[in-house]
Parts: sequence; C-alpha cells; structure tokens
Amino acid sequence: MTDILKERTKQVFEKGKDGHDIECGKASTAGSVSQRACVFCGSRVVLYPIADALHLIHGPIGCAAYTWDIRGSMSSGPELHRLSFSTDLRENEVIYGGEKKLYAALTELIAKYHPEAAFVYCTCIVGLIGDDVGAICAKVARESGIPVIPVHSEGFKGTKKDGYRAASEALFSLIGRDDGKELAPDCINIMGEFNLAGETWIIKDYYKRMGVDIAACFTGDSRVAEIGRAHRAKLNVVQCSGSMTYLAKMMKEKYGIPFIRVSYFGIEDMSKALYDVAEFFKNPDILKRTQQIVADEVTALLPKLEPYRKDLAGRKAAIYVGGSFKAYSLVKALRLLGMETVVVGSQTGSDEDYKYLKEITEDGTVILDDTNPLELSRFVLEKGADLLIGGVKERPIAYKIGIGFCDHNHERKLALAGFEGMLNFAKEVHSSVMSPVWKYSPARRKAAEGGLR
Amino acid sequence: MSDEKKQYVSTRNACKLCSPLGACFAMRGIEGCIPLIHGSQGCATYIRRYGISHFREPIDIASSNFVEATAIFGGRDNLYTALDNVTRQYTPTAIGVTSTCLSETIGENVPMYLHSYLKERGEGKCGVAGQAPPVFYASTPSYRGTHMDGFHEAIVSAVKALADPALKRGGERINLISGFVSAEDIRELHRLLALYGKEYTLLPDYSETLDGGTWEDYQKLPAGGTPIEAIRRMGEAAGTIYLGKAVPEDNAGSYLEKTCGVPAAFTDLPIGIEKTDEFFRLLTELTGYPLPAVCEKERNRLIDAYIDGHKYCSGKKAILYGEEDFVAAMASFLDEIGVVPILAATGAANDKFASRVGENLRNTKAKVTVRDDTDFSSVLEMAEAEKADFVIGNSKGYYLARNLGIPMVRCGFPIHDRIGGHRILHLGYRGALNLFERICNALMEASQNAAPSGWTYI
Repeated sequence: MTDILKERTKQVFEKGKDGHDIECGKASTAGSVSQRACVFCGSRVVLYPIADALHLIHGPIGCAAYTWDIRGSMSSGPELHRLSFSTDLRENEVIYGGEKKLYAALTELIAKYHPEAAFVYCTCIVGLIGDDVGAICAKVARESGIPVIPVHSEGFKGTKKDGYRAASEALFSLIGRDDGKELAPDCINIMGEFNLAGETWIIKDYYKRMGVDIAACFTGDSRVAEIGRAHRAKLNVVQCSGSMTYLAKMMKEKYGIPFIRVSYFGIEDMSKALYDVAEFFKNPDILKRTQQIVADEVTALLPKLEPYRKDLAGRKAAIYVGGSFKAYSLVKALRLLGMETVVVGSQTGSDEDYKYLKEITEDGTVILDDTNPLELSRFVLEKGADLLIGGVKERPIAYKIGIGFCDHNHERKLALAGFEGMLNFAKEVHSSVMSPVWKYSPARRKAAEGGLR
Repeated sequence: MSDEKKQYVSTRNACKLCSPLGACFAMRGIEGCIPLIHGSQGCATYIRRYGISHFREPIDIASSNFVEATAIFGGRDNLYTALDNVTRQYTPTAIGVTSTCLSETIGENVPMYLHSYLKERGEGKCGVAGQAPPVFYASTPSYRGTHMDGFHEAIVSAVKALADPALKRGGERINLISGFVSAEDIRELHRLLALYGKEYTLLPDYSETLDGGTWEDYQKLPAGGTPIEAIRRMGEAAGTIYLGKAVPEDNAGSYLEKTCGVPAAFTDLPIGIEKTDEFFRLLTELTGYPLPAVCEKERNRLIDAYIDGHKYCSGKKAILYGEEDFVAAMASFLDEIGVVPILAATGAANDKFASRVGENLRNTKAKVTVRDDTDFSSVLEMAEAEKADFVIGNSKGYYLARNLGIPMVRCGFPIHDRIGGHRILHLGYRGALNLFERICNALMEASQNAAPSGWTYI
C-alpha cells in the first residue's frame, strides 16, 4: 500500500475520521508525480479558445508541441486557435537572446494569418535569457495596429492558478476596446466557459431564451472584439471559479460589474445558474421565462435519465478534476444518478472550496488536494469506486484497476454542460460503468472475491 | 531534390517534440526505472499526457518541480527531495534524471548534484533506508535537437551508468538498440532475436511497461523493461546493432566500442525488404547463423503480398513525415513498393537528411522534395502544389490529410486519434506486410468510396 508522503499528510482528508483543515494552494512536492501542469498551462487553457487571435508560444518547441489542438473548444468561425505557433528557440537564442526571433515570428505570422490580436506566451527560459517581451510586443503592436499582449506564464513561477492570473491580466488589457455593438440592457458576460464540444452555445441559448443578452464569453468561441466590449455587461457570471475569479474581481474594481459564481453541470446547479442570473436583473419577464425553461427542460430530462439511474443506483464514484467548483456539481450530478462520491479531489482547490466539499460529501469520503497516481489509485481501490471522473492523465489509472471512466477535462468532445449535457453525462457514465468488459478484469474479480476494494 | 531552408522563422504545427520526452520514454524501457525531470512540473505532466494518449497506459514521470526560488538559488534541494520521494514512493530499481530548458539555462550542474547525493546517500544522510537504486543523468536541453536526441541520450547515459566498463568483447551476446519504435515492434525484435538462440540485451524495451496487460492491483512501476543486469553485461557482447543512423556522436554503440571493444553497426530501421535484409545480414555476421527458416518464409510471403497488391499502390504519391530515421527507412520501403514519397519531411535539423533519404530511393525517377527542419504547416503549403494520393506518418498529419482531402495511413509516433497506435507493427518482414496492407487498403477504400458504383470486388 502506498504511504502518503509526509509533506502531503495534510492534503489528504477523510470525512468523519480526520479533523484537520485541508492544506492547499501550495507548490507540488518534488518527486510526488503531481497531476498538475504549470503556470503556462493555466494561461494557455484560459486564452486558448479565442479563435481569431494568434497564440504564439515563445520558447523551445515542447510547450507549443504539447498544446497543439489540445482542447475540444469549438469555434463558429475562424479556427486560428487550433494551430500551434512557436518561436522554437534554439541554442543560439538561448545564448544571444530571443528578441529578434520573436519580432520576426510575430511580424511574419501577423502578416500571414491576419489575427485580431496576438498573445505571446512566455515559457520558462524567456526571462532568464533576458528577453524584453513587453518591448517587442509594444513595437509589433505599433507596427501592425493590433493588440500584441505578453502573457507572463513562465512555467516555474507558481502553479497553474498563477497562469490563470496571467491570462486574466492579458484579457483585462483587451477590455474597453469597444466595438460599439448594441447590447440589450439585461446583459451579462459568461466567464470560465470554454465551449468544449459546443457547451457555450448550449448555455448561450438558455440565456437568450430567458431574454438575457451576452456581451462577451470568456473565452468559449470568443473573438477579440467581443472581449473589448465586456465592460458594458451588467453582471459577470463566473464558472470554473479558479480560472476567472481574478478577472471578475478586476472588472468589479475598475468597471463596478458585480459577479456571481455558477456551474452549468447537473440539473441542480444548471437551474440555479439561470435563476441566479434572472434574480439579479429583477425583471419579472426574465424570471417567468427562466421558470418556464427550467420546468420544460427538467420535465423533458428526468424521464430520460431514469433508465440510467436505475442501473447506476448504488454505484460509487471517484472524482479528480482541475478545479473543485466543478467537483461540487459532479457530486450532486452523480447523486441524481443514485451514485455516491467516495473520493473527490482537485489540482487547485482553495480553503473555501474544500470546506464546501466537506459539507456536501458523506462520512467516509476521502478528499485529496494535488494528488498523484499512487494515492489516487489507493483510495479509489480502498473505497471501492466503480467509476473515476477525471482527465486523460487519470484515465489509465482507472482502466488498469478495472473501473469505469468519464472524461470531464478540456480535451473531451462530448458536451456535459446544461440540461442536455446532463443526459450525455448519464449516458457516458452508464456506457463505461455498465460495460460487460469489466467481468474479465482480474481487479474486479479480486474485489468480488472480497479482496481490497 | 531540394534543400531550401524554411520560409518561416517561427515553427507552425511542429513536426518534432522536445528532448526530455524522448529521454523519458527510453527510461521507461528499463526495468523498474522511473524518469525524473529536473525542471518545472508542467514538463512532466505534458509529456505524460502526450504519451498516455498514445500508449493508453499509466506513464508516471516525476518532477523536481521548480518554483521561482529554485530558479534563482538552484535546484539542488528540490532534486534531493525529489530523489528521496520518488525512491520512497516507487521503490525503483533505477532513477533516470533528465534536464530541461530551464535547468540547463540556469546552468544547473546536475552531475555534481547527483555525485554528492549518492555520496550522502551512502553515508545515510539522505535517501531511504534499505534502498539504493542507481541514478543516471541525461542532459536534454529542450532547445537542442528533438525528442530523438533525448531518446539516444537517455540510452547512452543509462549504458554509461549501468554497463560494467571492465567487461570486454568476447561472448556471444548481442546488443540491440531498438530506436524509437512501437511496443509491437519491440516484441517483434524479441521474437527475431530469440530465433538465433543467443543471449541478448534489447535496449530500451517498453514493450511491456508501456503496453502491458490489465492488473489485479495497481502497479507502481509495471513489470518488464530491459533488466539492469542485461545492461550491465553489454560490454561482453559480440557486437551492437544500433537501429538508426541519426544518432548523436556520443551514443551507446560507440561508447561500448570505445570502452569494451564491442563493435557497433548503425543501420536503418528494418522497414521494408531491403532494410530488413540489411538487419538480418548484421545478425548473421554477429552469430554466424543464416536467416532463420521461419523468416525466410515470412520474407517470401511478403514478396507474394507485394506482387498481389502492387497495382493498388504502384506510382502512387505519398507525403511522408516524422523522425529522421523513421522517414529514411519508410522512404526505402515506399520506394520498393513503387510508391513515390514526393515529399519527405522531418522537424529535425540535419543537412545530411536529404542525401540520406535520396540514397534510399533506388527505384523512383520522379522529383522528390526532402525537407529537414520543417513543420506541418510548411509541409501543407508545399503539398498543396502536388497531387499526392495519401499521407503516411503519425496522427498529427491528419491535419494534412483533412486539408488535402486524401487518405491517411497512420504509423509511427504519436497516434492520438485511434486506439492501438503503439501496437502497429513496422519492423521486419511482418512489419512490412502490415504496412503494405494498410497502404493498399487505405487506397482501395478511398477509391471504393469515391466510385459512383461502389464496387464490391476490387
């Protein structure tokens, strides 16, 4: 059995057994095989879906190669975001500096692809070799007439969360470049929604049916111009709290726009998101329409979920995701399917997040901050989970120990948000948990014979 | 043939990966070995994710996890902690440390760190009681070369650290350095070597570690891999066959030659008849045994298949890309079945690449464009002017196939959009048969789908 590393003992918590506060927000322990990525990753995932911007990664080739077409973020128009651009720094630039190459790369790529803006992601070595990325960006911006924005995302300068902050700062610099598009008075920004498998379109449709206008979406299917008008929204509706709360706070301070936190996963949270927005506007028509939408959607959805719930009831699930706000929704969505969450964790949860997770889970549930394959597999086995919800890195952990898996990360191609997403989620979980292949799994057989599960 | 340099300063949709990736996969091919990347957390995570999407297996890679202070004050303490923690958690039989662009740029002296770590560990000042796994180091700055440089570097660093330098050539053992091939290819190499009945060291060997069966309990480090003992004995072999020619000067083959007098032969990956014949000639030289009868049969069956299918691919034009060694060997194979690799590309920078590919094209008289130091966007732009019939290479080339509206034959690394990519057989006569059939079938499927009549006999 895997022992918990001593540096990590406070990052592991069993409800009903342990009394400590969960330690979080700290750098991963060296040698622990964290599932986290780095600052660059945080920035890259937030800005990635902006489809008419050039995303140039300044550094050696790896960071660009590993993030080429990495997300399932869809665009209704241009798809410049799906290409991978790198300054591909070589030894020569490491010695003599990469500014010249950065300038040449920006200039040629802007001329070739005509983006509406360019983001320049600084990777680990950019500061160390002395490049003044800000100065090059300013120069190219002057010459090209488009915003050219440095993103200070050097991998080692913090955690993924610091990458979110760097991305938020980059986005903030675009806000206020107004394109003058007319907006309805009841108007919001959707934040922390990345249009994976078209999810932003599902959510936008609900808001439109409510009579709420969208100024901008950060950043699913978004364009540079819409980000520019975001300051005219009346409310920021923030999902994926980890990535966008910082930007929401900055916008509140500068533009006085209040924000609320929502989640679009599961019936309960999806409905609450719509109601919270409706209540904010205090417009009886909007509220009435919202009630109608929720009633219609839920009435249509519940009977469709029933066959899945019947099969899945009593099964156990483990969750390991990036941000814990998503974990809350998943705990609730699984409950709706009759499934209990026995292990739940996140890469970047905060104190507040973990307190809430403690509240909504049952006794015996293990909560993990910044875990690793050995811990995760241990608790998944110990607690007898039938399903793991996570990303690609977690998938083989589940499969190797004979349990089902649901991809809830940025690479997925299946819409899981909204009411229709809930149905997809049920189908997805069902298709994995109920597959007959598990009967051949030796880990399953051992569990059935009363082994450790 | 053209050797024009690329038009763009930037790299657009890279046709290469960074050096630590190759090092990590080579290290995972050593029994009980865990890679440890000295740098930011993201490097380990991205490389794991990239590999998991191909192999669909857990690929645990540790990181020394730099933070801002580490980059300023140096990573010695982080490396110590990481080595201790990874020893405690994984009980490895070896730890392979790689550098990154970050640790190289700040001038980390990792060999010195490791020297003092091992010394202190021997004195009980660090490490884990009862455990003393060997630690070896591959310098893999991501700004130099590609993932293939990291791959070869990891192998030579493992050999330098683990092979007994006091041994001398003499025995009948065979050393085979496999190149960056699929898990299925490595299993095929095992099968072929076993036919000769001699002891051998096949390095690296991730045929089980990155393509194992299902488990009863979670395995910290999956079984399989080149045994440490087999690496220790490499110096007493009769010779080393090194699959690949785009190999750094300081490599495992020449090291063993210099240190232990074991001669090294560098040969193309055995893809296609010609290159597989070359491979078997080297095995015959080393062992004194002729081509095994079963391989003779396989060779003959392959020729029979070539003849049966030749019209489906004769004169067809392919866009070929990937690592230098992969492209060079594939070009030879395509040429021998009558396919013209009109565009052969690699992301690695090497002036000799064009002439090397050219030498492998013995039949075609058509114009062939060979590019080194290029990327997928440049390949697409060049390909738009050509009328290629299919693209062949790793799954990143789907970008080409989709844009050009032509079929694609997936092989090489990575395959991220199909399952079983790591089980594609490329090597030997059976590998050639597999590739040949895939190519013919892809072309037949395309023409069948395009035909208004949709014939059911082709």
